[in-house]
Amino acid sequence: MSAHTQPSGTGSGLVKWIDSRLPVFTYLQKEYGEFPAPRNFNYWWNFGAILSFMLVLMIFTGIFLAMQYTPHVDFAFDSVERIMRDVNYGWLLRYMHANGASFFFIAVYIHIFRGLYYGSYKNPRELLWIFGVVILVLMMATAFMGYVLPWGQLSLWGATVITSLFSAIPLVGDSIVTWLWGGFAVDNSTLNRFFSLHFLLPFVIVGVVALHVIALHVTGSNNPLGIDPKGPQDTIPFHPYYTAKDSFGLAIWITLFAAVVFFAPNFFGEPENYVRANPLVTPAEIVPEWYFLPFFAILRAVNFDVLFIDAKLGGVIAMFGSILVLFVVPWLDRSKVRSARFRPVYKWFFWILVLDCLLLGFVGGHPPDEKVFEGIEGLKFINLGHLGTAWYFFHFLVLLPLLGMFEKTRPLPTSIAEPVLGGGQSAAGAAAKPMEKA
Amino acid sequence: MTDHASEPDEKPESRRDFLYLTTGLFAGAGAALALWPFIHSMNPSADVLALSTTEVDISPVEVGQSITVIWQKKPVFIRRRTPEEIQIAEAEPLDDLPDPQTDTDRVIKPEWLVVVGVCTHLGCIPLGQKSTEPRGEWNGWFCPCHGSHYDTSGRIRKGPAPDNLLVPEYKFVDDTTLLIG
Ligand code: HEM
Ligand code: FES
Repeated sequence: MSAHTQPSGTGSGLVKWIDSRLPVFTYLQKEYGEFPAPRNFNYWWNFGAILSFMLVLMIFTGIFLAMQYTPHVDFAFDSVERIMRDVNYGWLLRYMHANGASFFFIAVYIHIFRGLYYGSYKNPRELLWIFGVVILVLMMATAFMGYVLPWGQLSLWGATVITSLFSAIPLVGDSIVTWLWGGFAVDNSTLNRFFSLHFLLPFVIVGVVALHVIALHVTGSNNPLGIDPKGPQDTIPFHPYYTAKDSFGLAIWITLFAAVVFFAPNFFGEPENYVRANPLVTPAEIVPEWYFLPFFAILRAVNFDVLFIDAKLGGVIAMFGSILVLFVVPWLDRSKVRSARFRPVYKWFFWILVLDCLLLGFVGGHPPDEKVFEGIEGLKFINLGHLGTAWYFFHFLVLLPLLGMFEKTRPLPTSIAEPVLGGGQSAAGAAAKPMEKA
Repeated sequence: MTDHASEPDEKPESRRDFLYLTTGLFAGAGAALALWPFIHSMNPSADVLALSTTEVDISPVEVGQSITVIWQKKPVFIRRRTPEEIQIAEAEPLDDLPDPQTDTDRVIKPEWLVVVGVCTHLGCIPLGQKSTEPRGEWNGWFCPCHGSHYDTSGRIRKGPAPDNLLVPEYKFVDDTTLLIG
């Protein structure tokens, strides 16, 4: 290790002693100190830091909740009520954890749409994107199982309906469901294993986040222009510039979070889940947490048979397909230009996709047979569900490949510094590295 | 591993490749087999399986009444059907049924209908055990979750559920006692 860079300014004897044996300080300095980041990040680049914070917060609050919680069907509901009433600051721990899940999902959805808008999934960041989708899937599994733990009516019946989806699989479906339950209904065995996995999965997420970040630091960050930095004039050191910007964004985020935790802690929740689970009574309406609603809408949109696939299996395939399709986005989008700023047509379709997902979320929250507008007979939520689902898949499977072939993109700036500095130093930048597209 | 390192160029297919491959395969198969106890530990345990029969005293049930009992942690609907209900269920032409089955195939004594009260769609408990609850368009049961209608034989008639309500294994121990499971 001859080219060993000492962390600048932190040359205390102890730091040097540790660093020459395990170069953590060198690593931090390199990856978070001088790490050259494009100089033109906007606030959509704050969400990575926000997500890291949320993950730590969820684990921290979760560990302390687990000290008070009892994973048994006879005691779970009461133990959560005890957390709310008797445990010192128990209400705060639980409200932070429950609303933390919602804020975690808000942040991750923004983070994903950021990637879709600026083409951050394109060469060379495909693997980085794939790790991101893996994190999303793990988060969904974690949140689903966490919601079962308080053992309210929606805990039990949400778990029943979602695990029963697997019974749609031909031949082995029923055995899989029995295996998932560890019995013949969602019961104590199910609650126990969900607690175990709910405890474990966040740490698996930490591992995948590490891979996600390591992959990011190999390729470097994308930026709002979607072009690669051409030289030092296009980048700035991560610290202090982006540590400061991230801290500012995080402070705003935490303010919003605190506002909900303290003033509207049940805003995202369903009152029905404050009713103890009853295996003999299904609640009138089973709605998942808001962050699952678009997927729930897609599940219910398939209410017809397709060839030999019946409606039940078809819905399950569509729902899982809507997540799986994200894995292959880097190969569906054939356009060489990353940022939607230079893709006049894609830009529009991007926003239509955002609206489509919001529409699906809206549809997921209403019974399929309900009328959308009182007085208009023909239009039911199921019709909107059909439309939204069809558009979702059309966007990814048809539009993305076609746009890559036919869209006339706008000319890219020669460097990141050019639009920022009015072109003054762009010549030097262009000379430093030949012009390249994504 | 010195002799390995000293080999200048490995031939495309050597004895060593074969050994690597078979060792790898055996290790992989062994690991997969070693996983089985873990997977199987998640299946229903002996104590859960032990709950597999339930005895029910049906003497207090009047004609037209229904009771719900628990079997394997699941509700079982027992309905003492009226002569009209039986007659309608038996007269139903099979062509009208998504999951065709005659009423006689679903009962031991026509007066007593015994079905597992779990919707075959996604597992909700259908309504209709109490006369005040909605019973759907066929006067049997109605599942509120996604709108499945069942008839007086517990057969699916309309909605997303693919199958009829399941008839569990049961027998009449005597005239007033039912053994489910
Ligand atoms: C990715 C991170 C996590 C997510 C998204 C998540 C999500 C959730 C959700 C949605 C609930 C239900 C909240 C409610 O309605 O009451 C919950 C409950 C719970 N979680 Fe987590 N969780 C995470 C991490 C953890 C960790 C690391 C632990 C423990 C080590 C934990 C322990 C618990 C416990 C004990 C409960 C039951 C108490 C309660 O319902 O408030 N969680 N979690
Ligand atoms: S669970 Fe009964 S209709 Fe879906």
